[in-house]
Amino acid sequence: MEPVLRVRRLRKHYGAGGGLVRAVDDVDLDVAPGEALAVVGPSGCGKSTLLHMLGALDRPDGGRVWLGGERIDRLSETAAARLRRRAIGFVFQAFHLVDELTARENVELPALLAGASPRAARRRAAALLDRVGLADRAGHLPAALSGGQRQRVAVARALVNDPGLLLADEPTGNLDTAAAGDVLRLFAELRAEGRTLVVVTHDARIAAAADRLITMRDGAFVDQTVFAPSGLV
Amino acid sequence: MQDVLLALLAKEPAHGYDLRARLRAALGPLGGDLNDGQVYVTLRRLEKAGLVTARLVGQGDRPDRKVYEPTPAGRERVARWLADVDPAARPAPTDLYLKLVAAASSRLADPVDIVDAQRRELLRRLADVQRAALAEPAGSGPALLLEGAVLRLQADLRWLDACAAHWTDRKK
Ligand SMILES: Nc1ncnc2c1ncn2[C@@H]1O[C@H](COP(=O)(O)OP(=O)(O)OP(=O)(O)O)[C@@H](O)[C@H]1O
Ligand SMILES: [Mg+2]
Repeated sequence: MEPVLRVRRLRKHYGAGGGLVRAVDDVDLDVAPGEALAVVGPSGCGKSTLLHMLGALDRPDGGRVWLGGERIDRLSETAAARLRRRAIGFVFQAFHLVDELTARENVELPALLAGASPRAARRRAAALLDRVGLADRAGHLPAALSGGQRQRVAVARALVNDPGLLLADEPTGNLDTAAAGDVLRLFAELRAEGRTLVVVTHDARIAAAADRLITMRDGAFVDQTVFAPSGLV
Repeated sequence: MQDVLLALLAKEPAHGYDLRARLRAALGPLGGDLNDGQVYVTLRRLEKAGLVTARLVGQGDRPDRKVYEPTPAGRERVARWLADVDPAARPAPTDLYLKLVAAASSRLADPVDIVDAQRRELLRRLADVQRAALAEPAGSGPALLLEGAVLRLQADLRWLDACAAHWTDRKK
């Protein structure tokens, strides 16, 4: 099957000379449709840099990235923004919700920006908030939600335009164990639904909920684990 | 213990006193449990099993000391031990730690590779247990029980990360 995401010799370096940092150093990657991939590694190994390039948030210094067969490594700012709205969902460690908007409005926003009618946006937001178990919190501002609830709103928002690829950077990084457990359940469900996911994480539980795990060190992939589809159960 | 001593000897021949001092230094306060006779008894067992040879080395006015060196069979056994991932998936920290120390000091294996292999086992185990936990209704007794297993595996994995960081820094 054609990979959703195809990466060849992707590179991002910062600085020069003695201060050169090989944040991402010529990595190759294929992500299959419906695959849940986790990327782990010590702090500073290049995980976020990689994810930003996969999501056209940042431009590589070298190499190529195809999303659904389309080159995305050399897009203009506007083309990249349009692509992200249409085809990529992002979840960040710090949630990045708009404080002045309710949970439902936050989820609706990317749909409206992508040209959905207010009615369609509202319907999709309601369905997704229900999906992440927050139907009864739809009218709350982020400040009135717990960390785990905010992150679930962020996941709903990332899904509102039904992207082919969901990217998450430390989705449980700011959460305590119980809240991280809620987000973990949600990711396990998204995986079971066949969403294509790339998650960067320090959290072994999130990593172990993936189909495949890549370990990064100093900008390179150094290890890979493929989890058997079933196990104890 | 036999494997650890063999690996330390694979780096360079040494006498019992040196080995004991090196183990003490590696184990810190935990090395207090290491009794003096243990190293010598283990060395004698290794010698009997044909895994090390001993020769007497004179040291001037003081009595001669026995210097131990692994035999080819001994070296083979060390290599096997270093390559072996604990199938229990949760090795006792001290055992794994001593293996990493032995690998690093003997230069027969990269401690970071050993950590990676062990991490793969733990992650597989975590994936299995977690899948079982997620299949139970949240808040049920079995889910709580499995949560305990998940949290312990998570703690082990964190420690492996710390081990990897420790030996990565030393390589630089
Ligand atoms: N804008 C930048 N300018 C210079 N160096 C940068 C920049 N962004 C990242 N780096 C460096 O690139 C390397 C990789 O950073 P990155 O944020 O991708 O790491 P990470 O794996 O996500 O770490 P963490 O787990 O702490 O989030 C680091 O050494 C970092 O200091
Ligand atoms: Mg990061």
